[in-house]
Amino acid sequence: MLVFIIKRLLVAIPVLLILVVGTFILMYTAPGSPFATERGIPPAVLANLEAQYGLDQPFVVQIWRYITGIVTEFDFGPSFIYRDQNVNDLIGQGFPVTLTYGFWSFVVAVIIGGALGILAAVKHNTWLDYLAVGISIGAQVLPNFVLAPILVLVFTLWLGWLPGGGWQGGQWQYIILPVIALSTSFMASIARISRASMLEVLTSNFIRTARAKGLPMHRVIFRHALKPALLPVISYLGPAFVGMITGSVVIDIYFSTGGIGQFFVASALNRDYGVMMGITVLLGTLTILFNLLVDILYAWIDPKIRY
Amino acid sequence: MIATKSVADELAAAAPIKGRSLWADARARFFRNKAAVAGLIALVCVMLFALIGPFISPWNNEDIDWNVLGNVAEAGRPSLETGHWFGTDALGRDLFARTVQGTQISLMVGIVGALISVIVGTLYGAVAGYFGGRIDAIMMRTVDVLMSIPYMFVLILLLVVFGRSMLMLFIGIGLVSWLDMARIARGQTLSLRSKEYVEAAIATGVRPFTIILRHIVPNLLGVVIVYATLLVPSMIIYESFISFLGLGVQEPLTSWGALINAGAAEMNKSTLWMLAWPLFFFVITLFGFFFVGDGLRDALDPKDR
Repeated sequence: MLVFIIKRLLVAIPVLLILVVGTFILMYTAPGSPFATERGIPPAVLANLEAQYGLDQPFVVQIWRYITGIVTEFDFGPSFIYRDQNVNDLIGQGFPVTLTYGFWSFVVAVIIGGALGILAAVKHNTWLDYLAVGISIGAQVLPNFVLAPILVLVFTLWLGWLPGGGWQGGQWQYIILPVIALSTSFMASIARISRASMLEVLTSNFIRTARAKGLPMHRVIFRHALKPALLPVISYLGPAFVGMITGSVVIDIYFSTGGIGQFFVASALNRDYGVMMGITVLLGTLTILFNLLVDILYAWIDPKIRY
Repeated sequence: MIATKSVADELAAAAPIKGRSLWADARARFFRNKAAVAGLIALVCVMLFALIGPFISPWNNEDIDWNVLGNVAEAGRPSLETGHWFGTDALGRDLFARTVQGTQISLMVGIVGALISVIVGTLYGAVAGYFGGRIDAIMMRTVDVLMSIPYMFVLILLLVVFGRSMLMLFIGIGLVSWLDMARIARGQTLSLRSKEYVEAAIATGVRPFTIILRHIVPNLLGVVIVYATLLVPSMIIYESFISFLGLGVQEPLTSWGALINAGAAEMNKSTLWMLAWPLFFFVITLFGFFFVGDGLRDALDPKDR
């Protein structure tokens, strides 16, 4: 097991490096200077600015500084637009927000989605099953950027129950709509996956044996069927995590929650390369580490995996 | 003697019995599936809307109706008299013409993205699965690595760095879309590789790439078509997401994501039609593709028979 984890970690490092170098090359080759304004600035000032940010150095020196900065000091460099803030400040400001509603969305999606799927499979071909299938089909065509306006329309404009945006330090009223908007489509996918695999597991031989022994239904489900049925769900957690990180951009923009996505899009529109690169690298790292975690979890639960 | 002769004549006269091919079987199964047929009809309607729309619309998608401007909530509402069948957007442009235009772009992105994924993914997966061993390990490891990158951010990066253009959008979406397909194709190829007809082809000295193109890929088609149908809606969602962020196609071109975003921005001004029409077409199309995809899977996937 330990060897497997170390092996996977060793694979993750070059992937991370590729990501960092790739983003850096993209930024380096980008036409135009981040300091160029519509009025234009004198060449001497531009040269000074570039020297201050180290942009006049050769490519190799720049990328070496960037990588060593991240690795040794966890420093993602300066922002080219917000002169008095660096990328770490911006991330430190936005990341806790993203993490808060991201965490709750993940919990809601996994628990409700998993429960719905398993319930639907156990009560196969009853109204509960049809309801679960209906919800998961409906949620499939409502990605977060479509669901968010609809939620605001219903709950804020028509019913007036919940605020349509803002964060206010993460009070519960401000978290509900973002969490619903972000988690619904993943909840639906998890429900669909767990329903399908539970149906398959319930018809397998070892379940028949367990039932034949006279075990009560709840015991059969919790002790025997649940673990194999949840395996496909675990392998879906990786993509779900990536999807949620991506979705957080929509949530931040639509609900003005002030999360990391808001900075990302703002920096994309302002060509603030430092911030874009920092956020891409940070989220890429998180994704790769999370996938690693999922792989380890999978290998630990599934006895068929050899490592 | 005479009797047998007449029977033989009758047999000869009767139309030769048509064999039921795999595809004919699948077609029959598909058309028995009501949801799939309904999805197909909806898709045909949306495509007709995108194709015929420009010819029947009294307004152009770029022209601003100056009579409406400034009073969109009243004068710009959907009506037959003004010719704004779907109403106008916040700038007084005809929403029917813009929805037609957005539908064209979104469908095109979805279909081109799925096509890239089918071509690249199938070939990649088939090559990896057919050769196996070290080549397979390296190729699929690369796919794993690429899959663990948060693509939407890289795509946004690409669009910002190289400028927003349709080409960049296609490249970006193409980069993401083939990975899943490669995995599926490889898995199928692994089981096809040991089939007798492949063995026979190897024994008669057919070259590996000819075997892949002539024997492996045609047998992958069933599975590939199913996943391609399911890929189109996810490509449409990708593009709409990018457009929703304002990084997609540029004005005056538009797409469903951009229209939904614009409609959502105006929805507290009692101009709900701006959100409703693009949303309606978006949802109908996604439903259509999902139902058709499920129907095709039931029809083509041998596992469920």
